[in-house]
Amino acid sequence: MLTLSPAPHIHCGDTVKGKMLDVVIALIPAYLVALYFFGFGALCVSLISIASCLLFEFLIQKFILKGENTLGNLSALVTGVLLSFNLPSNLPWWIVIIGALVAIGVGKMTFGGLGNNPFNPALVGRVFLLISFPAQMTTWPRPIPMNLSFNYFDAETGATILSSIKEGTDVSSLPSYLDMLFGQIGGSFGEVSALALIIGGIYLLCRRTISWHIPVSILVTVFVFTGVIFACDSITLSPFTFTPSTTYADPIVHLLSGGLLLGAFFMATDYVTSPMSHKGQIIYGIGIGLITSVIRLWGSYPEGMSFAILIMNAATPIINNYVKPKRFGEKIKVSKA
Amino acid sequence: MRTFSIGGVHPHDNKLSAGVAIETLPLPEHAVIPLSQHIGAPATPVVAKGDKVLAGQLIAAASGFMSSNIHSPYSGTIEKIDNAVDGWGISTPSIFIKVEGDDWMPEIIRDGVVNRINNMEPAEIIKKIADAGIVGLGGACFPTQVKLTPPPTAKAEVLVVNGVECEPFLTCDHRLMLEHGEEIFIGISLIMKAIKVEKAVIGIECNKRDAIEHLSKIAVRYYGVEICPLKMHYPQGGEKQLIEATIGRQVPSGALPIAVGAVVQNVATCYAVYEAVQKNKPLIDRVLTVTGPNVSRPVNLRVRFGTPIMDVIAAAGGLPENSAKVIAGGPMMGRSMSNLDTNTTKRISGVLILPEKMTRRMKADNCIRCGKCVDACPMGLEPYLLMSLSENSMWDRVEKEKVMDCIECGCCLYSCPSHRPLLDYIRLGKATVGGIIRSRNQKK
Repeated sequence: MLTLSPAPHIHCGDTVKGKMLDVVIALIPAYLVALYFFGFGALCVSLISIASCLLFEFLIQKFILKGENTLGNLSALVTGVLLSFNLPSNLPWWIVIIGALVAIGVGKMTFGGLGNNPFNPALVGRVFLLISFPAQMTTWPRPIPMNLSFNYFDAETGATILSSIKEGTDVSSLPSYLDMLFGQIGGSFGEVSALALIIGGIYLLCRRTISWHIPVSILVTVFVFTGVIFACDSITLSPFTFTPSTTYADPIVHLLSGGLLLGAFFMATDYVTSPMSHKGQIIYGIGIGLITSVIRLWGSYPEGMSFAILIMNAATPIINNYVKPKRFGEKIKVSKA
Repeated sequence: MRTFSIGGVHPHDNKLSAGVAIETLPLPEHAVIPLSQHIGAPATPVVAKGDKVLAGQLIAAASGFMSSNIHSPYSGTIEKIDNAVDGWGISTPSIFIKVEGDDWMPEIIRDGVVNRINNMEPAEIIKKIADAGIVGLGGACFPTQVKLTPPPTAKAEVLVVNGVECEPFLTCDHRLMLEHGEEIFIGISLIMKAIKVEKAVIGIECNKRDAIEHLSKIAVRYYGVEICPLKMHYPQGGEKQLIEATIGRQVPSGALPIAVGAVVQNVATCYAVYEAVQKNKPLIDRVLTVTGPNVSRPVNLRVRFGTPIMDVIAAAGGLPENSAKVIAGGPMMGRSMSNLDTNTTKRISGVLILPEKMTRRMKADNCIRCGKCVDACPMGLEPYLLMSLSENSMWDRVEKEKVMDCIECGCCLYSCPSHRPLLDYIRLGKATVGGIIRSRNQKK
């Protein structure tokens, strides 16, 4: 018996599951840093988030959508991990479960599951929690190296870099760049270590799971925008001698703090909710960078990454419709033969 | 190293038979020659049942401008002219020949001596090519004389020779370049003379280093012919991609290569031109690759047209166990065959036998909008969009999204992590839109 099928007869071997697994692998360094500084709290929050995301997807798929089990494509696992990375490590367990329900139930399955959701599910969950439980969502435990305490609810709390800037703290008293790189700062537990996130991001780029267009355009936009503001403020303060601004943080702080790197490498690059063409991806990245910077500098929230990504998610269908890839033969290149 | 600028993929090249020299098959007892082995009108038979023919004798003449002569590859008796089922189960008019001995037409020179001397006029060369029934051997089987007589408004500036062989597994062009490099160069100079250009570029992918080196040595003796080593990049053998890779010009959407002054010919066609013009030998055989991951002896064979496919497969050690798919051509663009009780034609450049585990497509999932297909498309189209528009029969929009630019290279389907049947739906869209455009043009 011969099998018949139209060409092509071979496939590169990529699967949705493989791509999702790559994302999970890329998040391992950041997770290890989280366990080191936040210990039991990070472990509990992440496990609760992952377990409830998987469970909700399974139940909704089975009893409401009455479709096949879709846990095998690992997208619910990625949502669970990313949601937990955006939460403080002392968050009560029931809030985590509500977040997972909103992320999977409202953010993803309402639209028909993987591929159909207009917004990044993990961010839908996180923003829902941020608005519903502002107090719990904005008290971050202090990072303690080799944290072995089981009593994670009552951990000593502190501010994040961005919230202390927003409260008017002198920017010269911020933690050092080195602390930001290695993650000894307050914040949602997955976002603290810039270095771990960059390692994960480079892994994704090398595996060609993501392309450079979205992360680079976000990071460059934020760096340039906050840099210009910082420079202008520094110059107005002291036009002739260079004294750094005290109200605006320098652009490197903006790059290394908050959810910027986590968002740029792992959340904004979500396949389903980002534009298809590279040109579109750059527009999308610039949009995210601008909105994030504006919220950080002048908005009422200290951090704007999740809002920026969700807003640009909403713009993605429009970008896809108007920004087309460069067609072959569109512009005739004239060169000497 | 140069390549084309948009999209493309990098499948493993699997050139299993690259080191195997071209072999010749013993003659079969019976042969079947279809009348349509080219793009355009089928040829008209000029022989009748019971006629004796010699190898190289004209048995069917071109029936119009866009058609091609067909010659008998064997000496023998015409058994009948009747329908025969081709490799895809379609019945096509064919000439059946009972092979007797191996006598050739007297004017065909079979001494194997390289003949470099030619004093013919361009028109004479083109006439000889047309008489010899030469078609593009890269796969499309476009009658070569048509390609060499561009409309008077267009002017050819450069001949681009396709030695890319970007399809995985196939090695017939590679072997031909190694074993008949000199003849290919003479063929190239003949075509250059015929279309009155001073310059030719041979594009060869760098996985054929030995061919690049071999031809570069010959190139010093031929004025105006240049070797252009190219990066491995599928579908570089596509006409438009090859022109951009070698001479840096993009053929506009909907236009032919002559619009940028290029004429493209495959190396196998150049070799056939040499044989036709210098040796008076019409196109009655070609080199094809018989290969596959489990094939015991992947080979390159010089096969006369009309040889049964099973004879060709037997020369490579026979069908391996668990073979589930036999493809005429390469794995990216070849057509899977439903009937092996058929014969080789000008069109078949390879026989690829795939085992069962490589033949199943995975189950298609939702589109996750990863954009891999957009990245991979060498024409800068959006396969995901064309597929969903075709699925919903939105033909106006399918046309606006440039479906007719699709070259059906298969890069989109090859790279889709959700295994969606992108190209299948795009072909549907292309066929439907093509029909709409034709009927619209007729109304005008």
